[in-house]
Amino acid sequence: MALSASKLKVGDTHEEVVIDDLTRTQLVMYAGASGDYNPLHTDDLYTKEVAGYPGVFAHGMLSMGLTGKMLTNYVGDGRLKKYGVRFTSQVWPGDTLTAKATVADIREEGGEKVVDLTLETVNQDGKTVITGTATARIDA
Amino acid sequence: MADEIKFPVEATHIMMFARSVGDPNPIYYDEEYAKKTEVGHILAPPTFPRAVAQFDPDYHLRVKPGEKWFGSGKNPTGLTEPAKSSGGLHAEQHFEYHRQPKPGDVYTVTTKPGKTWEKESKRAGKLVFSETIQEYRDQNGELVVTSRSVGVKTERPVEQS
Repeated sequence: MALSASKLKVGDTHEEVVIDDLTRTQLVMYAGASGDYNPLHTDDLYTKEVAGYPGVFAHGMLSMGLTGKMLTNYVGDGRLKKYGVRFTSQVWPGDTLTAKATVADIREEGGEKVVDLTLETVNQDGKTVITGTATARIDA
Repeated sequence: MADEIKFPVEATHIMMFARSVGDPNPIYYDEEYAKKTEVGHILAPPTFPRAVAQFDPDYHLRVKPGEKWFGSGKNPTGLTEPAKSSGGLHAEQHFEYHRQPKPGDVYTVTTKPGKTWEKESKRAGKLVFSETIQEYRDQNGELVVTSRSVGVKTERPVEQS
């Protein structure tokens, strides 16, 4: 299931729809599991009337977690060495997100083969919500 | 975040966390399946380390008995004078995995501040960024995960384009 250096080339891509029609309940699940109970993500009344947003929106870490699903499906379980993102736009209930990894480099690090990936997650309007990079161990 | 937090990693928490990020991969909950994989055991999804918030006794984004909460109850906010700022948002998050987190690990998580900087933005006014570095060390003192996060405080709510 792991990637192998001999079969990969720079520019290869892998993409997945990681959430289709994001629900408010999913935000509640993320709050409960992560321990981040910021009302911006679960409390529409507070978010509209006090914080001044159109309504609750996803934790950045939920978008990163959803993007991480695509990443581990691609590189295999237990293979990640690094995973980092920037949150470029908010994610809202109803959004459908597609996450994509592109091979940027295949190289050696500490005596093992690794792949460097660039990451981008977009919503249903093609707007980028996450950009990032990852490095994973791969087979020879 | 408290300066030093004890974070025990439990299989049930990993299962709940995996569900919360919409990931049905059985390696996050099925021990029999996990044993047959290359990894050989249940492991935690890549962003799980941030669930350390559950174990921070002082965490400011959790309702605590007897304390006012800034979210809604009878009124849109429980505070009499809500903060004018829209509060902090998460701008960046970077993990480095020295090995994969798994059930049975007990981390001591140390938190220290990193750099801070400012930027002017059209959509949200003045932005103040601040970096936090966290190190997750297991019960043997080995470094398992390093986390660098960047938070941003906006002058006003981010305008929607």
